[in-house]
Amino acid sequence: MRQIAQAPTWQAKDGAQDKPPLVIVEKQKGAMRLVTLSRVARRAGLMPGISLADARARIPDLWVEEIDHAADAALLDAIAEDCDRVTPIVMVDAPDGLLLDITGSEHLFSDEAKLRTGLSQRLRRAGMHVRTVIASAPDAARALARHGNVAIVPPGEEAAFVRSLPIAALNLPEKDRLAISRAGLKTMGALASRPTQLFSARFGEEMTLRLARLQGIAPSPLTPRRAAPMLWVERRFVEPIGRVEHVEAALSELAHEACTRLTELREGGRAFEATFHRADGAVRRILIETGRPIRDPAVVLRLFREKLDSLSDPIDPGFGFDMMRLALLQTEPLASIQSGLDGRALEADAIADLADRLATRFGPERVVRFIPENTHDPARAARAVPATFNPPATFNPMTSTVWPTPEEGEPPLRPLHMLNPPQPVSVGMAEIPDGPPRRFTWRRRQHDIVHAEGPERIAPEWWRAPGETGRDYYRIEDSEGRRFWLFRAGAYGGASPPAWYLHGVFA
Amino acid sequence: MANIDLEALRYQVSRLERGSSPIAVARFGTGSQAIDAALGGGLLRAALHEIFADGMASEPAAAAFAIALALRASQGRPIVWVRQDFVGLEMGEIYAPGLAELGLSPERLMLVRARDGPSVLRAGEEAARCPPLGAVLIEPWGNPKTLDLVATRRLALAAARSNVPLFMVRAGGAPTPSAAASRWRIRSALSRPFETEAPGHPCFVADLLRDRAGVAGQGWIVEWNRDRLSFSDIASDRAATDSAPLPGRMVPDPAGGPHHAPDRASPHLASEGRRAG
Repeated sequence: MRQIAQAPTWQAKDGAQDKPPLVIVEKQKGAMRLVTLSRVARRAGLMPGISLADARARIPDLWVEEIDHAADAALLDAIAEDCDRVTPIVMVDAPDGLLLDITGSEHLFSDEAKLRTGLSQRLRRAGMHVRTVIASAPDAARALARHGNVAIVPPGEEAAFVRSLPIAALNLPEKDRLAISRAGLKTMGALASRPTQLFSARFGEEMTLRLARLQGIAPSPLTPRRAAPMLWVERRFVEPIGRVEHVEAALSELAHEACTRLTELREGGRAFEATFHRADGAVRRILIETGRPIRDPAVVLRLFREKLDSLSDPIDPGFGFDMMRLALLQTEPLASIQSGLDGRALEADAIADLADRLATRFGPERVVRFIPENTHDPARAARAVPATFNPPATFNPMTSTVWPTPEEGEPPLRPLHMLNPPQPVSVGMAEIPDGPPRRFTWRRRQHDIVHAEGPERIAPEWWRAPGETGRDYYRIEDSEGRRFWLFRAGAYGGASPPAWYLHGVFA
Repeated sequence: MANIDLEALRYQVSRLERGSSPIAVARFGTGSQAIDAALGGGLLRAALHEIFADGMASEPAAAAFAIALALRASQGRPIVWVRQDFVGLEMGEIYAPGLAELGLSPERLMLVRARDGPSVLRAGEEAARCPPLGAVLIEPWGNPKTLDLVATRRLALAAARSNVPLFMVRAGGAPTPSAAASRWRIRSALSRPFETEAPGHPCFVADLLRDRAGVAGQGWIVEWNRDRLSFSDIASDRAATDSAPLPGRMVPDPAGGPHHAPDRASPHLASEGRRAG
């Protein structure tokens, strides 16, 4: 594990020669205090932490701006997105740092030093002041970037390199830091040479844990901005490419490479993400997901083509892409391809492929199949789930619900279409309190009822609608042969007269 | 083992053959003797069939008729239904238990909800190119601008190549020139009620508006039987099961046979006659 930490150190940028020194202020405890200074302001003797009134007393002519945390966070996020070209595992170290896991990426830049200078130069060209440190422990890299002056820590020597760092590198609460420095301990080295029990008794376990992490003894938890891919392949171009056929060719190469890797691992991909890095730093990501693991490059490419085809805002190459990456966000074990003579397996695969293609083009929520629900409530008896959805491994067909089998000889008892929510209809007088109406009006059309069956009382589960009495459903047929599913809510003789609704339409 | 391999080989061979000869002449029967006799054995399998709803309110009937034909043609294979969102808003969403009541087990169905007409056609064509499917239903709303002769020809060609029958349910639309092999107009007919005056099995008035083979302008009243997955002629059925005569519901049938003569086949008259009783 090799980590690289960067502290872009927000530093106010000076304007033109004739502009006054720039300071950024923030309201702290009721007073405006300086938080960030420009180089000219620093040279003039100002420092962070003093109040704006003090600063004005020293230098009357100041250019003052208030801090904008949201804009800072957005800028840091944009830088993080750009650093994605080095490695897909990027962590934001708020408020002003980034942490990159470059394990296995350095060879792309020939070595670590070149990677570091390349990255620093790229950010400097964009107008950032950065300090960059490579170390094997994330906390060591982070502390050295802020308080140290080394560039690359050889593996395993973090403990030695952090010895000279000030206590502030531990990032402790202010009163703890003060207590430690009052005891005469100024550097990490002084802390590290003393037994840890002393500190944990006085400052808590947290402090000794931080010390251990800083020295690379204890592991640090890392939370990347995006889920770390299972594996990835990438292409860097000396000359940015912009033509569609070149991009497609590169994508095809990447797909073949990724699928070869998958074959070696005996895995198949469920989610593929293609990342397009534009020369000017913009990044575009395209994600495809499949209902079952695949590792056929042709299928992967076809899905990407579907997706690119259906984008409402096509990918704009601008001045061209200088890097493309294909990352596998989710993989599953996939046995070797069968001999291909079993027709049935092929057919199931072809249908799964079709579902994937349709879901990629129209969205997974638009390609559905139905699963039964164990309930009496007709409105919830069926649930539409994405066709690419795979039941979890715990799915047991014995205990799960199955579709009820219609009884032989019975006509359809449930409608083909369901109106949701049920639509109110106006009825004439019902013949008898428990009978169906003689006629009803729906959508301004009167239907005379000639045949009817009912009532079928369906009550919701008591824990869902407490106090509801249930509905009386009737299957009815009008004089033109149209068949409907009506229900009556409420009973005759109740507080309010019963209301009639149309809930479904039969074939 | 040898058995399985032989099956698989047959499948491969049939697939190769399918690919080489786009004109497959296989037909599937509806189960109704009258319709099958008039169509020369049934509907073309590898073709596009248009099923118009007779008025918007007949959409459920037209959809059910299409499902029934798809069930006849698909022989247990999966079915894809591409439906435009607006149809669901207007006529109600597909209700899976209702599909089971018609004989289509919901596990066999994959539903594609399309936003607009062009998406319906696109998804329908994509699905129709997938040979393992049993049938594809597509249901655009009204008359989409992109649904012209070229578009229907593309659909028909896709069906012919893959041997997957394609049924286009048209609600709220008017017939336009198309490459469909047959064109139907469907509305519901009065069912044969049970003794308790409960509505019976679904019945349809099916008018054949156009047919490639030339027979057209005929109409039938058919009943769908879920248990047998078959249509049956109402008139012939009634002659056979005389046990439960339904007063006033009989249409005088001078020919006495199962075939409707074209001149008196008007289903309107038939239902008028019934209602009079």
